[in-house]
Amino acid sequence: MTDQPKEIIANPTQEALESLSHFGDAVQVDDRTNYEGLVVDRDSLVDVALAVRDELGYDYLASATAVDYYDYGDYLEMVYHCYRSGGGDPLVLKARTPRDVSTIPSVVSIWPGADFQEREAYDLMGIHFPGHPNLKRILLWEGFEGHPLRKDWLEAYYEEEHKPFSSRWPGGDVWRSEEHNPFGRNVKYPEGFTLDQVHDVSEEDHYEGLNLDVDIQGGIHTDRLVVNLGPHHPSTHGVFRMVATLNGETVETLEPVMGYLHRNHEQIGERNAWAMNMPFTDRLDYISSMGNNHGYALAVEQLMAKNNVKGFSQPTERAELLRVLMVELTRFLNHVWAVGFLLNDLGAFFTPALYAIWERELILDFFEATAGSRMMCNYMRFGGVYKDIPERIQAQAAYENDIIRNFETMSFLRELIFERLPRFVDEFDRLLTQNEIIISRTQGVGILPPEMAIAYSAAGPILRASGVPYDVRRAQPYSLYPELDFDIPVGKNGDVYDRYLVRMEEARQSVRILQQIYPRLQETAGMSVFGLDSYSPRIPDGGESYGRVENPKGELGYYIVGRPGKEFDQNPWRYHVRSPSFINLTAMEEMSKGHKVADLVVILGSIDIVLGEVDR
Amino acid sequence: MTNPNDPFDLRELHNADIPLPEGLESNIAATSLSRIYNWSRSRSTWPLLFGLACCAIEMIATASARYDMSRFGMEVMRASPRQADLLIVSGTVTKKMVVPIVRIYNQMPEPKYVIAMGACASGGGPFKEGYNVVSGIDKYIPVDVYVPGCPPTPQALMHGFLTLHKKMEGQQLFQRNSTPWYSRGPADEVPLPVLGPDIVDPRQAEILRHQAEDAASQPEPSVEAGD
Repeated sequence: MTDQPKEIIANPTQEALESLSHFGDAVQVDDRTNYEGLVVDRDSLVDVALAVRDELGYDYLASATAVDYYDYGDYLEMVYHCYRSGGGDPLVLKARTPRDVSTIPSVVSIWPGADFQEREAYDLMGIHFPGHPNLKRILLWEGFEGHPLRKDWLEAYYEEEHKPFSSRWPGGDVWRSEEHNPFGRNVKYPEGFTLDQVHDVSEEDHYEGLNLDVDIQGGIHTDRLVVNLGPHHPSTHGVFRMVATLNGETVETLEPVMGYLHRNHEQIGERNAWAMNMPFTDRLDYISSMGNNHGYALAVEQLMAKNNVKGFSQPTERAELLRVLMVELTRFLNHVWAVGFLLNDLGAFFTPALYAIWERELILDFFEATAGSRMMCNYMRFGGVYKDIPERIQAQAAYENDIIRNFETMSFLRELIFERLPRFVDEFDRLLTQNEIIISRTQGVGILPPEMAIAYSAAGPILRASGVPYDVRRAQPYSLYPELDFDIPVGKNGDVYDRYLVRMEEARQSVRILQQIYPRLQETAGMSVFGLDSYSPRIPDGGESYGRVENPKGELGYYIVGRPGKEFDQNPWRYHVRSPSFINLTAMEEMSKGHKVADLVVILGSIDIVLGEVDR
Repeated sequence: MTNPNDPFDLRELHNADIPLPEGLESNIAATSLSRIYNWSRSRSTWPLLFGLACCAIEMIATASARYDMSRFGMEVMRASPRQADLLIVSGTVTKKMVVPIVRIYNQMPEPKYVIAMGACASGGGPFKEGYNVVSGIDKYIPVDVYVPGCPPTPQALMHGFLTLHKKMEGQQLFQRNSTPWYSRGPADEVPLPVLGPDIVDPRQAEILRHQAEDAASQPEPSVEAGD
């Protein structure tokens, strides 16, 4: 959070309004308190979006999501965050539809990256998108009753609208939901439902409309074949599934199927208080939890600043330093992990991954000593971080014979940052980069041209490997990044090999950042890291904010909406995660077409997905 | 007494009540069939290479160099359920995923064991109230060992392994209720859940029927589940 004055943020909206004046009343400024952007009449949405993309140059659609303004406004709203691929502030477009018959024209023809995001809005909010090529449920299954993110849809274990539940606090009357459910589990059925009404269509729709004709080329008959990979498959990085049509061994169509780890992050987040969501963000991209914390903290801090919350101040220098320290360590471990497991997918089973995991363990020791947990750090707070780094890193259970872990934190960090990590990257580089098998398996595979990468809203190393130098840390700087010296590595060909190179180089740049952070950590020792009275903020006037960070996987964004009013000030009204893994998968089919089936897992490995973030 | 560095030392198997010729203690073991059966089974438990969520990352860490689960004879992780003895449910079980999990469980040959790793697999964890989350895999398949934690540290998972080994060592070969997989006839399969308007467990058909009858007999709307 640098001191960006509000006028700069408001500028794109004014500028766009003037250029779009020929649309007349169809484009209006969103004048609700603490909101920004343009409200577009849904009938002219596609024309406005085309003008926004081609005339104003907002070619990169970062996020598209829906909000249900149920009992204050009674409409559904789609929110589009559009950016210029050259960097700068967003133009936010909004389109509204009534709740009962909800349709909004699809913008997939303008920004193909909206594909999965519109399917998600259809699945969870029930908005129909005329013009969408493949509108069906994406996270839940066909046949699921209702659209769960609508505010009037209540889950089986529903207790109250907002936490803390009055039964639990201050009353302390704890009861288990399954005791109150007739089935003893987390299920609810429509009234009068019986077992003979069940018709499981969830499998059929994946295979619908696949062209399975026989192909005759030069007298050779080739059958088309459907291959299903996942959800239980060692190379899908979790419970991901792909349905591919093959002609011989060549991939013709590919459909990612997801939702096997859809654990209702957003709905749980909307019941939670603001601060309660922090530990949940850890579980999004569970390999880089610190980065997830950072994005959410930035989003809520923006909203707190807009609301002039009493006592709120931006984090101190030391808090920012600690944030950057944690985030860059996370980036490093994520990238070496991703490279290690990419090699797994290439057939080098577990050896490179073992090297990568060992370095990761050292970083996790530091995280555990600081935040209390190896993976789920829950470290950042609004306006700072939870705790300063400890003096010593020690074993959690100090047995007499456990002499392995007892270091001074700063000297441990110094050794890590200045010796171990740089040495490790060089070693990994020597081991892998010139390897003949790696080169022949990855060069020219899974090519994504730059204009495609932008159109498909690809983010992170995928986008940069295609030659687009877009990194949120530079394009819309936050935290301490404007003061830090680092390069944005960019690839040339946009293939799997370039993605590998970009990741390795980013790991090096992270070390470079860490080396700049370290002396400043020594200078600021003793400075406070959290300045507010309470971890749990109250946001009285509501409003919206979109906090984005450059996570190792790509742009991670949080779109949050607060509802004005005293009884709503503790909880988000809408909490949406723009997850890079999910949106990067939109381009998966484009990258895989024409390649052999064996390359599928390599291409998937190069996207570096984490299912906690894909399905949320 | 046992020399851990000698893989052929049989003293840990030997029944101490039976005397052996002097000098041959490490080469000869007189023991029961159950003991040798449990000993060999617990020292070569092959887990299924199967990860669900965050806990799977800690499972990978357990398998890697620092924690090294090959010390327990468990490093052979098989990707096919047909070759696996142990299903580690490592992460949140969603309604969409529980169908494949039950199918995988049915495909594993007997004897098979299940570890519920982490809070989610044990009871729903932080995501329990979610509309797509199953509150614990034990609602569908039997679980042998629960490992608490979110995620459990590798040490905790290893403690779970040792607990499972202890459990295996208590099996009695000739008691049908202890080793039911040696009974006549095929083992009972867990019925596959079906994805309808919500997930349906065929074993709950009776409750469903009652609910539908109650709803039909009462004209006023039924009470919302969970109230």
